[in-house]
Amino acid sequence: MKKSIINGLALLPFTAVPALAQEGGSIDQAVNEAFAAATGPFVSFIFAPIPGTSFPWIVMWLVVAASIFTLYFGFIQIRGFRHSIQLVKGDFSDPEDAGEVSHFQALATALSGTVGLGNIAGVAVAVGIGGPGATFWMILAGLLGMASKFTECTLGVKYRNEYPDGSVSGGPMYYLSKGFTERGLPGGKVLAFLFSVFCILGALGGGNMFQANQAHAQISGIVGDFPGWITGIIFAAIVFAVIVGGIKSIANVTEKVVPFMGILYVVTALVILIMNFDKIGWAFGQILEGAFTGLGVAGGIVGALIQGFKRAAFSNEAGVGSAAIAHSAVKTKEPITEGLVSLLEPLIDTVVICTMTALVITISGMLIMDPATGNFVLDGSSIKTVGDVSGVALTSAAFAQGFSWFPYILAIAVILFAFSTMISWSYYGLKAWTYLFGEGKTKEVIFKVIFCLFIVIGAAASLGPVIDFSDAAIFAMAVVNITGLYFLMPIVRKELGSYMGRLKSGEIRRFKH
Amino acid sequence: MTAKILIGLDGSEAGDRAVAFAKQLASLIGDCELIALYVIEWSPYSFQTAEENAERHKRREAEIASAKDRVINPAVNALKAEGFAARGLVKHGHVADLLNETAVSEGASQIVVARSGERGLASRVFGTSTAHLAMTAEVPVTIVG
Repeated sequence: MKKSIINGLALLPFTAVPALAQEGGSIDQAVNEAFAAATGPFVSFIFAPIPGTSFPWIVMWLVVAASIFTLYFGFIQIRGFRHSIQLVKGDFSDPEDAGEVSHFQALATALSGTVGLGNIAGVAVAVGIGGPGATFWMILAGLLGMASKFTECTLGVKYRNEYPDGSVSGGPMYYLSKGFTERGLPGGKVLAFLFSVFCILGALGGGNMFQANQAHAQISGIVGDFPGWITGIIFAAIVFAVIVGGIKSIANVTEKVVPFMGILYVVTALVILIMNFDKIGWAFGQILEGAFTGLGVAGGIVGALIQGFKRAAFSNEAGVGSAAIAHSAVKTKEPITEGLVSLLEPLIDTVVICTMTALVITISGMLIMDPATGNFVLDGSSIKTVGDVSGVALTSAAFAQGFSWFPYILAIAVILFAFSTMISWSYYGLKAWTYLFGEGKTKEVIFKVIFCLFIVIGAAASLGPVIDFSDAAIFAMAVVNITGLYFLMPIVRKELGSYMGRLKSGEIRRFKH
Repeated sequence: MTAKILIGLDGSEAGDRAVAFAKQLASLIGDCELIALYVIEWSPYSFQTAEENAERHKRREAEIASAKDRVINPAVNALKAEGFAARGLVKHGHVADLLNETAVSEGASQIVVARSGERGLASRVFGTSTAHLAMTAEVPVTIVG
């Protein structure tokens, strides 16, 4: 009864426009077809398989890079872990710098851009296609990705622009151009240009359309189906009010609420896992078995691996370069410190939060298994699920097995996560835009209006084309960024050696004990 | 040896009462320096947007300039005009903690603050800055009513 009242109230604005809604279906369809046609070639190129295999070259690109950085920096994610916690706690922060951006704040800001739908919907996509085994590869990619994040965020701080008025701008476009010049290498400016172009596309794709799309899926899952463009226009209006209208209070409230929603999400997942503690061993068994046998998913082990790696990269953005923009505002004289702090990002995002989601989905029994063979039942390329749900709806249904009221909380979380990710990415996109076209009020407003228009397109298009384009755009950023990182990593190693030496000698001192 | 008294100011009328009491003490002591401190409430563990972070240094400078112009400089100038040795400080952080830390680092023999004007649920649950200072300070504290 209560549910129907809530549904009824929520639907009230939409029941007044039945004709509009019917027409809305065809608008959505037209948007979807046009969008899929326009982005198809770009998506096909990015996800092209390595000749003779079904393995997309881009996934290999990210994993190989993360592995190289891990080895090159001597497993920095392990040996730098303790110090990164000390840095976040502020043990090494000069009290004279109070009031500036702390390591914790830079990390929290970067996390609010990455913790979001990738952790909720993205993991569901990975597990829904690749099975529980995808989780293993996701965790591995998260652990390796810590080294990629370390490399790019160190460079982000080292080569940031500090303007006379005290504001800062940083990110791959700056370290690619300045770093290459410093090393006497050609092509830095070209890479910076390409990165900026892809960053704008990534901001419009994964940082915007994917968020709008899944927020709409979540809302319509609760209030009933209605055209996506309606959600899109509402979201676009709110984002417009914040980024163009300067109504900071909305963004401020979101920034304060989002971390608590994140904590609530993890705590709820933990409670569900504790309630089903007898199945945790089985779930890990499924994850390990699936990782090395595939458990009948499409593409077998490779299918599970591709999904795991893909969704990890999409979720924690290690190697993509976006985090370097967020981390570069920190107050520090030592760029390496922010690199060390950024190590924690893939750990929190992927190894902790994504794994929670994957475990809850696995334990929930939403993925249909054939008891005779022990393999998953397939529906096309995806695993058949109870109620034929996918994406965020699958996560929602899985959590509802533990707490029937959770979909309502999740709907709020999804909307807030989507909103905060959009705000973060509007900033990343804007930085790339101003790098290309120069600073200026009119130029900034043009980008912001385009950003809002893509929210409507993202909410109206269906999941398939949106997720493909979002992935492709974000991975394209990684192609350019990682190319640059290979050439610049000796600079990071030199910085690391110098910093660790001074830390050991006591030259870099601790302020808090 | 010059005695030092640290005065906590918050830009309100309460701060004036603290200054008035500190002046009385300084007159009685004779060789005494008055240090006025204004704390801008700030936490390194708060959440901010990327845009706020990029602008943070600029904002911090503006906050310090505003606190100096509005509160500290007028108070210090008035004290100097009356013949007291005085100087002012502006810091970011937790009010009670910074009052205590500054008193210790400056070698102040006493902290003078006025009863805080904090009201509402938060102060009932977490206590006021003055109450927190009184409970944690390492040097004597006078709370002016």
